[in-house]
Amino acid sequence: MQLVSGQSAWAIEATNLVRRFGENYAVNGIDLRVSPGEIYGFLGPNGAGKSTTVRMLTTLLAPTSGDALIMGHSIVTKPDTVRFHIGVALQDAALDPKQTGRELLDMQGRLYGLNSLERKTRVEELLQLVDIDSAIDDRISTYSGGMKRRLDLAAALVHQPQVLFLDEPTTGLDPVSRAKVWKEVRHLNEDLGMTIFLTTQYLEEADELAHRVGIIAKGSLAVEGTPTELKKAIGSDVVVARIPTTETSRAAQIVNNISGVQSVEVQDDEVIISIGNGARGISPIAVALSDANVPVLEITLRTPTLDDVFLHATGNRLQERNEAKVAQ
Amino acid sequence: MTSQNITARKSGFFHDLGTVALRALRLTARDPEAIGPALIIPLFFLVVNIGSLQSFVEGRFPTGFDFKAFQLPVAVVFAVTGVSRAGSLVTDIQDGYLDRLLLTPVRRATLLLGLMVADFTVVCIMTIPVVLLGLVLGITYETGILGMMLFVLIGGLWGLAFTGFPYAIALKTGNPTAVNNAFLLFFPFAFLTTAYVPKQALTGWLSTIATYNPTTYLLDALRSLISGGWNITLLAKGFCAIAIIGGVSFSMAFAALRGRVSRNS
Repeated sequence: MQLVSGQSAWAIEATNLVRRFGENYAVNGIDLRVSPGEIYGFLGPNGAGKSTTVRMLTTLLAPTSGDALIMGHSIVTKPDTVRFHIGVALQDAALDPKQTGRELLDMQGRLYGLNSLERKTRVEELLQLVDIDSAIDDRISTYSGGMKRRLDLAAALVHQPQVLFLDEPTTGLDPVSRAKVWKEVRHLNEDLGMTIFLTTQYLEEADELAHRVGIIAKGSLAVEGTPTELKKAIGSDVVVARIPTTETSRAAQIVNNISGVQSVEVQDDEVIISIGNGARGISPIAVALSDANVPVLEITLRTPTLDDVFLHATGNRLQERNEAKVAQ
Repeated sequence: MTSQNITARKSGFFHDLGTVALRALRLTARDPEAIGPALIIPLFFLVVNIGSLQSFVEGRFPTGFDFKAFQLPVAVVFAVTGVSRAGSLVTDIQDGYLDRLLLTPVRRATLLLGLMVADFTVVCIMTIPVVLLGLVLGITYETGILGMMLFVLIGGLWGLAFTGFPYAIALKTGNPTAVNNAFLLFFPFAFLTTAYVPKQALTGWLSTIATYNPTTYLLDALRSLISGGWNITLLAKGFCAIAIIGGVSFSMAFAALRGRVSRNS
C-alpha cells in the first residue's frame, strides 16, 4: 500500500518499513498504526530493531524501503515537516554537558522558532516537569542520571509536539526516577492528549503505561494488541513447574495430555503451562508429574505476564535477558 | 502568556546561524584550556624568535630590514591557524547531542557555519593580543589604524579558512584523536614558507615549496600592511591565498557534513 502525505487518520502509520545495513536487516517490514492520543509500547530485547525503527520514524534514518506518516507527513518525502510535529528523547540522554539546563532548553526553543517570550514561558513550565529546581542554572555535567533523563524529556517537549518518541526512557534509572518518568508520561498523555511511542525492554513499563503493545523480534513485529488482549490470547492462567532440565521434555509431554491445558512450552528448566483455570488445574498437574516420578523443584500459579506473551510470540523470554544484563 | 498557542515554526537562516554560533561562543568562553595555549604559544615564539634571531637576520639584509615587523605576521598565523570547535563537535557526535540538533528543523548547513562564525570571532579576538604585543615591541603600521584593522581581519579570515580541515576530520571520523592530530597540517603551511627569512634567502626545494605555499602570500600581505604601505597587489594575492585554502577546506568540511547528516548512512 502506498502512503500519501497529508492523508492519514493515524498519528503514526508505517507500512512495510525496512532498514538494511549491508546484508543485515535491522528492521524487516514493520507495519504500525498508532491512534492520536495513544501510548504505544514497542517492546523487545536489545538488537531487536526498536531503536532503528525509532530513528526512522524520527527522520534520523531513511528507510531502505517502505514509508511512514507522522501526523500525515511522510518521513521519506517530508522529513522537515515531520520534525515540527515530533519530540524525541533518545536512548541515551542527548545533552550538552557544558551548557546549563536552562540554556539547553532555551536553545532548543530557538531552534524550533520560538520567540523570546515563548521560550521563557515554556522553560518556566518545563521547570516543573524536570523537577530540578535551582540546578537548572547549573551545568548539565553536574546532574545525576535521573535529572539528565528528565531534562532530555523536557528538551523534547519545548515546542509542544503532537507525537512524542521515547526510546527506552527509563533504562538505567533507579526506581524512584523511573516512577517520576512514568508519572510524567501519563500526564503528557492524559492531560495534554499527546501521542506517545515508547520503546522499552521492561515488561512492567509497557504493562504499566501502554494502551497497546507491539512486540518486535529480529526486526519484525511478532505480535500486537492491548496488554490485556495479549495476555488473554495465551490463556487465562499460567502454571510454571521448575524441573531439572533433563526431565523437562518428558514433563511437557505428560502435562500436555491433562484436561484444560492449552499449551505447554519449555524454557530452560521451566515448563510453562497455559491453562484455562489455574486454581483447578494445578493439582492434576502436580499429581501427574509426581505419578510419573518427575522431580518437581517448584510449582507456581500466576496470571500471564507480557513476558509470557513474549515467550509465546518469539520462543524466548525477555525478562531473563534483562536480568542477565543487569547481572553483568 | 499561556503556552497553548506556542507551536514550532521555521525560523530564518540567520536565526539558525546565530543560535548555533551563540552556543559555540558561550562554550568557547567556558573552555579556556582550548584557547589559552593557542594564544600563549605565538606570543612566546614572537618574543623568543625576535630575541634569538633579530641580530642574526637583520645583519644579513639591507639596512632598514625590521625583523620584528617581519615576525609579527608569523605570530598571527601561529595564533589563528587550526583554532576551531572541531573537538567539541566530536564530543557532540559522541554524546548524541548532534542527533538532538538534527531532530530539530535547524538548517543543516548552519550547524557548521555557526561554528565557523564563532571561530572567526574567536580568531579575530586572538589576533588582538599579538598586535598589541607588536605595538609594545615598537612595531608600527605604515598603513595606520585602518591597516592595523585590516591586519586583524586578514588574520581572522585566514583562521576561518583553515577551520574547514579540522571540521572535515571531525565530521568524517567522529574521532577526537584524529582531530587532535589535525594540527600536523599546520606544520607545512607554517614552516615551509617565509616564516623566518625573506624568500630571496630561501634556497633549493624550500624556495620552490614556499612559492606554492599560500601562507607565503598571506605573510606578504600582512607584512605589507606593516612596512610596505598600501600594496593592492600583495593584498590581493593574500586574499587569493585565503580564498584557495578556504575553498579547499570548506569543500571538504561541507562534504563531510553531508555525509554525517545523511539519513542513508
